[in-house]
Amino acid sequence: MELADSRVINASPDIVWAALLDPEVLKACIPGCQEMEGSVEDGFTAVVVQKIGPVKATFKGNVQLTDIVEGQSCKIVGEGKGGPAGFAKGGAVVTLAPDDGGTLLTYDVDAKMGGKIAQLGSRIIDGVARKLADEFFQKFQNVVEGPEEDEVAADASEETVVKKGFLSRFRKS
Amino acid sequence: MPKDHGIGASSKRREDVRFLTGTGRYTDDINLQGQAYVHFVRSDVAHGTINSIDTSEAENMPGVVRIFTGADFAAVGSIPCGWQVTDRFGEAMQEPAHPVLAQGKVRHVGDPIAAVVAETKEQARDAAEAIVVDIDELPAVVNMKEALADGAPKVHDDLKSNLCYDWGFVEDNKAAVDEAIKNAAHVTTLELVNNRLVANPMEPRVAVGDYGFANDESTLYTTSQNPHVIRLLMGAFVLNIPEHKLRVVAPDVGGGFGTKIFHYAEEAFVTFASRALRRPVKWTSTRSEAFMSDAHGRDHVTKIELALDADNNFTAVRTETYANMGAYLSTFAPSVPTWLHGTLMAGNYKTPLIYVNVKAVFTNTVPVDAYRGAGRPEATFQLERVIDKAARELGVDPIALRRQNFISEFPYATPVAVEYDTGDYTATMDKLEEIMDLSGFEARRKESEAKGKWRGLGVNCYIEACGIAPSNLVGQLGARAGLYDAATVRVNATGSISVMVGAHSHGQGHETTFPQVIAEMIGIDESQVDIVHGDTSKIPFGMGTYGSRSLAVCGSAMVRAAEKVINKAKKIAAHLLEASEADIELKDGKFSVAGTDKECAWGDVTLAAYVPHNYPLEDIEPGLEETAFYDPANFTYPSGAYACEVEVDPDTGKVTIEKFAAADDFGNVVNPMIVEGQVHGGIAQGIGQAMLEGAVYDAEGQLLSASYMDYAMPRADDLPFYIVDHSCATPCTHNPLGVKGCGEAGAIGSPPAVVNAVIDALASGGKNVPHIDMPLTPHRVWKAMNA
Repeated sequence: MELADSRVINASPDIVWAALLDPEVLKACIPGCQEMEGSVEDGFTAVVVQKIGPVKATFKGNVQLTDIVEGQSCKIVGEGKGGPAGFAKGGAVVTLAPDDGGTLLTYDVDAKMGGKIAQLGSRIIDGVARKLADEFFQKFQNVVEGPEEDEVAADASEETVVKKGFLSRFRKS
Repeated sequence: MPKDHGIGASSKRREDVRFLTGTGRYTDDINLQGQAYVHFVRSDVAHGTINSIDTSEAENMPGVVRIFTGADFAAVGSIPCGWQVTDRFGEAMQEPAHPVLAQGKVRHVGDPIAAVVAETKEQARDAAEAIVVDIDELPAVVNMKEALADGAPKVHDDLKSNLCYDWGFVEDNKAAVDEAIKNAAHVTTLELVNNRLVANPMEPRVAVGDYGFANDESTLYTTSQNPHVIRLLMGAFVLNIPEHKLRVVAPDVGGGFGTKIFHYAEEAFVTFASRALRRPVKWTSTRSEAFMSDAHGRDHVTKIELALDADNNFTAVRTETYANMGAYLSTFAPSVPTWLHGTLMAGNYKTPLIYVNVKAVFTNTVPVDAYRGAGRPEATFQLERVIDKAARELGVDPIALRRQNFISEFPYATPVAVEYDTGDYTATMDKLEEIMDLSGFEARRKESEAKGKWRGLGVNCYIEACGIAPSNLVGQLGARAGLYDAATVRVNATGSISVMVGAHSHGQGHETTFPQVIAEMIGIDESQVDIVHGDTSKIPFGMGTYGSRSLAVCGSAMVRAAEKVINKAKKIAAHLLEASEADIELKDGKFSVAGTDKECAWGDVTLAAYVPHNYPLEDIEPGLEETAFYDPANFTYPSGAYACEVEVDPDTGKVTIEKFAAADDFGNVVNPMIVEGQVHGGIAQGIGQAMLEGAVYDAEGQLLSASYMDYAMPRADDLPFYIVDHSCATPCTHNPLGVKGCGEAGAIGSPPAVVNAVIDALASGGKNVPHIDMPLTPHRVWKAMNA
């Protein structure tokens, strides 16, 4: 399965890059992510619960970041095993480029599925993958662009807390 | 006036009473005291090395009785292949081991790795999900040509390559064929794919193993077309159980279409596990499992060349086919692309020189074996497509081109080893033109054009070799079994009859048609006759139902047994009537003395046989029961001509089938209604292949079309009303009933008609498309016409 898209994020490439490498941010943004541990250097392990068509499964997997060009691009390579649901593995090349004060984030995903989720047919998987990618980057965009002032006050959800955390950590560094 | 009983009557299918009222007894309806359930852990990668199987968590889960892995089957035999093909260099095919549970490696998605036996189905499944299998994935081979390339990953490490065999037929003709093609006035070449199919019988496979400790006897209830074949293969080769300690029962079976001929790992597993656990063990396939464990069908990639002289006579045919075997050799897999395919390449035509080359290839896919037609649809499709293409290239009428080249004298020895005993291809073509109203086609085409649709007409012929098969011949060709059949006619004291037959009925209507034959021979009512089938403990022997053989082979055995019964009954009647045996006649259920009014009823004779008070005991034994084994002298050769009209929507490429006709020559017909039903079903499957069905693997060997969301089965609204005719009958000359077999014809004869029609429709719209591979989805048709 191949999936490519891009979106403009209203933050500088430095901020976007830092967010991309932050396990807390990733955990908050990956749909269905229950656990996320590790580091850029050693790779991450993750537990993700996902429903694909009629199959709901817990995927346990690991994620490595390779081909890192600091501040510009990297490849996220991962593999998740969903037990009886099958497995998914693949990579996403993410490229950042300055875009009129913001950042143009381009991603190009190549994923392979096996077992039950493959047998369900690629037409479902394509749709689900597109939706998950949209969801991920929407959340990512929200986190990186930071909350509106009133939103911070009113909303103390996990996502907002992470946003605050990420932004404050980033500003400190 | 049509007959209302006996041979030739459209007697209503008596088995339908139970099928239509939900009172059939299928294997899944069998539930034995104390039975446990098995769930298989199957590979979700196409190729890999098993590092470890961690069952520790699963073992402690509720209800788990025992977990089996490959280690438990290390000392158990390999699932055998029933046919050894010798390649064109005189070498035996490469034959890999086929374990019941994977031994160290998995070779296709769905390959069974471990099995959980538990108290309930759900517990078995839950525990199976807790088993952790660590597999190092290996590169998979899916594409056959890539599988044969140097350095390709090997499906079986212990084989030289992924080539099962390279078969040439007839090898001695090769040079002459090459020469004829070189010198031909015209050569038409066509490369095509015969798409991989999944049989999808309505009833998925089920197996129940039941071991009786007290008498050391194993019983296997299974969804099989041939219980004796399973007993032979599993008992002798896999589990080492002698015949008298192994009973195989195939009760009502909800459709087979070939995929239930074969011996499967799950059958051996439940029999083995029942013995190990001393309790019955049951497996019921889910539909998803069926997609990745039932043997698939077809999957040939072919290049065919047809040579013609300046007068458009066929002078030679040369083919090169790659035939997918999948990851293991299923029971009859090697015979399908060879002896069931190469021998049919003459078709209905007097082509003098034919050479067929077939490379059978191992890939990391589900094993491929016989599916309705088995080899013959592949032969028919390529031949009838290339003839159509030749007609188009030469600008001649495709029907006239066929007629010109028809075989017209019988018996006819083809250059591909078979001898057709009878046939009349001109008669079936004439009949087709009549029932299809071909003269009205141009008017119908104009009507379609007025609606903005392109209408096309496709016609083709077919021939098949059925009534499988003469044992001495198939033995020479590599079969590891005889292909005779057997029947016992047991006459009861009051005159009713039970016939134990080796053929298995799973949709064919034997329970109706076989009694029609006996009733006709004796002159009693059909209701006085029942058949018994599907149980090795009840029937004498039998090789089962496939290859349109039941009536031609098993029916012939039944006739021979009934003849023996009648001969003995005449002796008894002669005694009762105090006449000479030679003067006794049997008619309408009465024995009479020729030229006199002395007679006695069928029931008087049968009663005397069992209550032999007034009986020639010094000359004849009491009782009235006879068994016959029948080995056919030749194949039978049903043939016919099919036509299809389609409309193509030029905007979308969507094809609709508007009209379909089949003119078949099945020889004598016992029950016309059942024959028509068989043709209808066969055409539905043929149209399914042509228009909708296709098993698709991705490059990594993942089966993408593994559910009905992605594997399209034909539905009622995809199919037209059929016009079928079987009045052009040239009876088979070598079996007592003169029958040829009708079960596979529809699936063999219909795909080329559909494709020829679509090509014709596109041509009428100005799109000269030489070929489109099946299934002809709107996407493929649209792409082809906009290429």
